[in-house]
Amino acid sequence: MLAWTIYISLLGALALFLLPARSAPWARIVALLTTLVTFAITLTAFIQHRTGEMLTVAHCSWIPSLGISYTLKADGISLTLLLLTGVIGVCGVLFSWNIEERIKEFFGFYLLLIGAVYGVFLSYDLFLFFVFYEIVVIPKYFLIAIWGSTRREYAAMKLVLYSFIGSSMVLIGLIAAYVLAGSKSMSLGDLAGYPFPAHFQMWAFPLVFAGFGILAGLWPFHTWAPTGHVAAPTAPSMLLAGLVMKLGAYGCLRVAMTLFPLGMSSWGFHFLGFGSWRDVFAVLAVIGILYGALVALVQKDFKFVIGYSSISHMGFILLGLMTLNQIGLSGAVVQMVSHGLLAGLLFAVVGRMVYSRTHTRDLAALGPMHLGKVIPFAAVTFVIAGMASMGLPGFSGFAAEVMIVIGVWRSYPSLIVFVGIGLVIGIAYIWRALQQAFFAGSNLEPIQPPPPLPPITFPERLGAAILIAASVVVGTFPQLFLNVIHPALNSPLFQGLRAGGW
Amino acid sequence: MNVINYGQLLGLAWPEIILTVTALLVVAADILFLRRSSIRTRFIASVAIASIGCAGAILRLLHTFTQATVLGGVLVATPLVSLVQIALVILTVATLFLSVDSTFTDHVSEFVLLVLLATTGMLFLVASQDLLVIFISLELLSLSLYILAGFDKRSPRSSEAALKYFLFGGMSAAFMLYGFSLLYGFSNSTNLASIASAIHGQPLSPILIIAIVTTVIGFGFKIAAAPFHFWAPDVYQGAPVPSAAFIASGSKVASFFIFFQVLVLGLAGAEGNATWSHFHSGWVPVLVVVAVVSMLLGNLVAIVQSSLRRLLAYSAVAHAGYMLLAYVTHTQQSLAALLYYVATYSLATLGVLGVLSVTEKQIGNDKIADLAGLSRRAPFLSACLTVFLLSLAGIPPLSGFFAKFLLFTSVLATNPSSHLLLWLVIVAIAMSAVSLYYYLSVLKRVFVSDKPAEAPEIQSPVLSQIVVGLLAAGVVLLGCAPDLILTPILNVIHASGL
Repeated sequence: MLAWTIYISLLGALALFLLPARSAPWARIVALLTTLVTFAITLTAFIQHRTGEMLTVAHCSWIPSLGISYTLKADGISLTLLLLTGVIGVCGVLFSWNIEERIKEFFGFYLLLIGAVYGVFLSYDLFLFFVFYEIVVIPKYFLIAIWGSTRREYAAMKLVLYSFIGSSMVLIGLIAAYVLAGSKSMSLGDLAGYPFPAHFQMWAFPLVFAGFGILAGLWPFHTWAPTGHVAAPTAPSMLLAGLVMKLGAYGCLRVAMTLFPLGMSSWGFHFLGFGSWRDVFAVLAVIGILYGALVALVQKDFKFVIGYSSISHMGFILLGLMTLNQIGLSGAVVQMVSHGLLAGLLFAVVGRMVYSRTHTRDLAALGPMHLGKVIPFAAVTFVIAGMASMGLPGFSGFAAEVMIVIGVWRSYPSLIVFVGIGLVIGIAYIWRALQQAFFAGSNLEPIQPPPPLPPITFPERLGAAILIAASVVVGTFPQLFLNVIHPALNSPLFQGLRAGGW
Repeated sequence: MNVINYGQLLGLAWPEIILTVTALLVVAADILFLRRSSIRTRFIASVAIASIGCAGAILRLLHTFTQATVLGGVLVATPLVSLVQIALVILTVATLFLSVDSTFTDHVSEFVLLVLLATTGMLFLVASQDLLVIFISLELLSLSLYILAGFDKRSPRSSEAALKYFLFGGMSAAFMLYGFSLLYGFSNSTNLASIASAIHGQPLSPILIIAIVTTVIGFGFKIAAAPFHFWAPDVYQGAPVPSAAFIASGSKVASFFIFFQVLVLGLAGAEGNATWSHFHSGWVPVLVVVAVVSMLLGNLVAIVQSSLRRLLAYSAVAHAGYMLLAYVTHTQQSLAALLYYVATYSLATLGVLGVLSVTEKQIGNDKIADLAGLSRRAPFLSACLTVFLLSLAGIPPLSGFFAKFLLFTSVLATNPSSHLLLWLVIVAIAMSAVSLYYYLSVLKRVFVSDKPAEAPEIQSPVLSQIVVGLLAAGVVLLGCAPDLILTPILNVIHASGL
């Protein structure tokens, strides 16, 4: 059943590309229906498989001479992220209801992207995984280059080249692992169970982890992310921050860390205070948290604030992964969901609700517009999303960050101070953006009649409501997700990781 | 001394005979009956006759899927050779169909004749394990290609391309012949197996080293590997589209295959070793150098090209570099990977040139900048172009990606702990990341840029659309279900025991 998420999305994309030009307005309906159906499928699957254990969705031989099979499997972690994909997919369509230019191509590429993301989260065979992972690259390029703003062609090309370089690194690692294990199977389970020599894991782990990390916004390879997010139109930037960056983090956890667990063990010597690749990546993640937050604090462009905040939040995920204890890893997964929802919501407010009405994202120019009074819905949504993003209890951000912080406390007590500073700056940049964008107009000045802006439409309200509700659900009942994530982390797939250090 | 069995010789040469007779029939029909018809009619008639002949040759090849040798290797038939020959004939048919709507010449039958003769040369080329026959068939192929490159007599570019191709080709043929003569002098035989046994077990003499280097130069020219690629950009750009397509696809497949055979069968025992610690001269170190230079130069120079055809030429250099990695390891798996790679690469290149054959006629040149907005002027062709270019860049699920994957795994699988092979694969993968940049720049023009004002919709002939569509379908299909041809390839390689 879950496999149909991929097929339906791809069929939807195909149907849109073949749609005759005169029925282009139907493209929205087709896209919405497609995403709704896939969302329904993921939700049903999530409700049905409460145990979170590995579930085989599809399995058949594909290229027998190389031992490659078409295997789709889902466990608690993938189910959680599949559900996220479903939600973001629907909301992205709702927030792109106003697209008028080359509309069927837009939604065609959009559905292609969604379908490939489903594919990545579902694939169990690493060849298949890589195929879907690479398919993601191309629609991203066109979505940004055709429908984007601010230096869109530059940003799109930069993003694609960064992703492709990252996936080249991953490919080198995967090919080397496949060959070393005897070229018999590409299945994740088989390869994760193969005892690769430690010296091989020592170079393969950083290579593959950094390869995925590029897509996850790992500092210092993050520079594609802010420019890409800013240039992208609303829905693609929601997908980029909400889903595509998660692909990188998912790959780090699911592929790099399960295949090469020994790569994280100690080098046996210390260099500049680092004793293992794990230390290196943990420190890079913390730098990412602080750097992203500090840069977000001084941005003039509203969307850049959100773009850099993504770097900061993705740093939490990578740091959570490097804690290597159950609570930290679960926190990282919950943070993937949380950031997916919140980044989507923030980009929706900035890109769709504000920018497409005011045609500026300059915080200084937005202030005098009295947006808090003109489009109060946007202001309220941003306040809620901002609170959630800061980590206020009751929202998803809090649940995730608390778990990560506890995990860090256990594994890297010395880093906890910096994480705390990062959290505080996180409050500051959201506060600053909120104040400057929506509430900067002084109350003492006589209020000029605000320039009429188009009112917030129904699809926007609906999309925002869905995302906020989802965030609240995750924040108030994180157990809902932890119940499926824990069994997944305790499954045989992560055996090597557990043996390695937690 | 062998007794010549003419019956067997004839039996093995049937496909070539069919093609030659077809070529004569084409000329006869054109001269006798069609002199006064329009060029298009003549093209359709000639191509129809030629395709029937090609179909006959394919049927014959399918029929004689056996093992046979004449005169100790002058002409051999193995399942592997038959498979390669079938691929060559199919590529020829595709090229012929692409030429139907051309208007560059009124010597229709001569054009088809030359294509068929070149194909005959290729069929003999891949079916021989004797240096003399290899050289003669290579010359038959090359001479036909020189004329084909210069077939557009109205275009000075075409003549320039033909002349350059001819001069470089003549030079490289001289090198190759020199190498062959040294090999003959060394081993007293032109048969590949005898040469190998003469070389075997002996230390590498300077004469042999010279022979190896000149042979590599000769074949390196045919496969357009750097630094022997100087003809490629001009020929790709100047030659009429069908000729360029033929040079870029069929002739590449044949040359790559026979190059592999000559090295592996004829120079077995002189491989040498290219690793730093066990360096030992031979042909492997030479090929490592050529491969790396080709990958770097091809990809980096392709970035700055403004003409799509020149870009294709430099990307051909780059792809030759990737494919040479299969020679470095020369195992059965790498031969399978090489064949899969070169076959799918030819499909994609043919496809791009097929798209160009339509657009060039209406836009007037092959400038990448002038493709702006093509996706709205010719949606179907643009979609196919996307498939071809992304396949060349190695994006899954297209066949180009699987070809690269297969090639790199087969190379690395030979010796997983070899640092040299690992570094070669790393360079190759890094360079394919570079290649995505220039392929995407073309697609950016096609999809992102606005179309020029008052640009009419592009009228594409139905036949060209069908051929291009079929090629695109092939690229997608072979990428999604590589087993369709990978299993046969592996089977015939095992059966032929190369």
